[in-house]
Amino acid sequence: MTGMLDMDIIDISTLTHVVPPLATTLAALPALPIAGINWHSVLFLLFAGLACGFAIAVVAADNVVRMALYLVFSLGATAGLFFLAGAEFIGAMQLMIYVGGTLVLLVFGVMLTAQAPLVSIKPSSSDRTLTAVAGASLLSLLLTAAFSVDAWRGPGVGVVPAPSATPLGMALVGVRVDEPPAGTPVGGRVGYMLPFEIVSVHLLVVLVGAAYLARAKRRRTPRPIDALASAMPVETVATAAPVATMAPTGRSAGGAKSALVGGGR
Amino acid sequence: MAEFLIGLGLPGWVAWSIAALVAAVLLLNVIAGGALVFIWAERKIAARIQDRLGPTRTGGRFGWLQSLADGIKLLAKEDLMPEGADGLLFRLAPYVSFCASFCAFIALPFAFDVVGQRLNVGVFFVVAVLGLEVFGVILAGYASASKWSLFGAMREAAQVVSYEVPLGMCVVVPVMLAGTMDLVTIGEKQAGWMSSWYLFHDPFTFIIFWVYVTCAVASVNRAPFDLAEAESELVAGFHTEYSGLRWSFFFMAEYGSMFLVSGLAAVLFLGGWNGPVPVARLLGFSDGTGESAAYVVRLVGLANLMGKATLGVLFMMWIRWTLPRLRIDQVMTTCLKYCTPIAAVMFAGAMFWQLFLPGGLFPGWGRPAGEIREGWLEGPGGLPAAASPAEDRSSTVTGGDPVERAGLATRSPR
Repeated sequence: MTGMLDMDIIDISTLTHVVPPLATTLAALPALPIAGINWHSVLFLLFAGLACGFAIAVVAADNVVRMALYLVFSLGATAGLFFLAGAEFIGAMQLMIYVGGTLVLLVFGVMLTAQAPLVSIKPSSSDRTLTAVAGASLLSLLLTAAFSVDAWRGPGVGVVPAPSATPLGMALVGVRVDEPPAGTPVGGRVGYMLPFEIVSVHLLVVLVGAAYLARAKRRRTPRPIDALASAMPVETVATAAPVATMAPTGRSAGGAKSALVGGGR
Repeated sequence: MAEFLIGLGLPGWVAWSIAALVAAVLLLNVIAGGALVFIWAERKIAARIQDRLGPTRTGGRFGWLQSLADGIKLLAKEDLMPEGADGLLFRLAPYVSFCASFCAFIALPFAFDVVGQRLNVGVFFVVAVLGLEVFGVILAGYASASKWSLFGAMREAAQVVSYEVPLGMCVVVPVMLAGTMDLVTIGEKQAGWMSSWYLFHDPFTFIIFWVYVTCAVASVNRAPFDLAEAESELVAGFHTEYSGLRWSFFFMAEYGSMFLVSGLAAVLFLGGWNGPVPVARLLGFSDGTGESAAYVVRLVGLANLMGKATLGVLFMMWIRWTLPRLRIDQVMTTCLKYCTPIAAVMFAGAMFWQLFLPGGLFPGWGRPAGEIREGWLEGPGGLPAAASPAEDRSSTVTGGDPVERAGLATRSPR
């Protein structure tokens, strides 16, 4: 049974005899100037141009939702740059966090506020001047920093081994699998477990805090109307049952508490 | 493919472009052709569940040309746009949805190494890109200048953002068991008999699979979680104002996503392209028996994966026509109070199981630990050393040999 199919289905040498016209036509293409192009650079320029163009479009647009859309395209093109550089993990991270998470939330927030005054935003001339100065200074700083790195000035070194998510993840749990740089003291190469844990705990605290701030204050015995109100939009609830959604900020906490005590008991 | 074309005498860039085009067109056909078949299937299944017949006449016996007729009708429909709509966003939204659905297919393997672009972080990429589909929905809802659309889009945004959390947790479990985010490797690690599927790895993975199913149904916005297009409340939700071809793009995106999450479930939990019984292996087609055997093995694998993904889609249809729609607060409760905690506990459980019982309850029984590997191909096109069959299953979680793990970084060009 195994020997029966033990042969090459496709013999390349016979096929070249069958299709010489197409092959010769296409083989003549390297004579054109198009063949000399470094396609990696072309793709890089394409993605970089897209990112920059849409970034400018974000600034130029006057509708909040369109700004968000252009920002998505700009960030997506940046993710394309990461994929082009072989940094798949960072590219996917860019898609997940920036394009996906942040912008879905941004648009979500925008739609709640996209009423008449916000549909078209016209910044004043002083705002324009201020932001132009701030943006230009930041850009010049970044450009200076980028051009001061000698290794980035010459042409690329060709194909570099693509670092994957595995060494990254290993380093985060304390194991370094990459080659140690010369002159590293023995025992001086630990992973990033401690920073990783600190960041994790920090994020957890943020998460708990956000959940605490966002939660609705409940009465001891919730009435059916409150259960209904908690499923309704915030504005409606605020007028119908002010106690139920009073955020525990410093200013309103006292009032909410007294109202809660007064109403609940 | 590209190497084969280079062998024909083509210059490199032409060969690579043609290879990429072929892959892209094939994937496009999976979505478009799949949508045709699944729409017909959905009609028939819905009809049977409701004690009707469904389409019977178009195209002969079972009305199997019904979707084609629908498609022609959609092409001929007038392309409408509401007066107050934001024209650019309104026109763009369906393509955004469709592109997100299509891009996610790039990293989904259909058989061993039959994948558009093998990514080191395949799982992560698929989940990330799948989450972008909601963007088209939000744009559509906003740009339509209709209250129904806006309501639908806002519901969808809240729902998808919430359900990404438990979905991510479910997806992490097979990643943890396999020790990699590469979908090809994950599928290959479940080779063998049905018992080596991650679904049957331990009780925790069995439960988390059903959490994944719930979250997947919710994240592709199907009933009973179809709040964004609740017909009885919101007319048609976010695509109320759409008609003709633009509307059909939304439809194709939805069916594409359904197929995608089903395929992802198949790869992550149901053994991927490895059938319940390693047929090809038992028949003797496997590694080392020549190139043609490799083709046979991949064809069998393709059929396996397509079959599993189709079953997943049919399962979603069954659910859709059986269960009533949830209210929005029930949807949120299901996500935050049930799915997320269950997923978290099951994640911890699977972790401890892998730590203390890496060989299963009965070591050496039922899980051949990689001796029988259907679709396995060694040699130039095969996997690098990190996923060699001899590798001990337990070593993958604790890290194994770091150098060997780093070997995963070298990608085989396709």
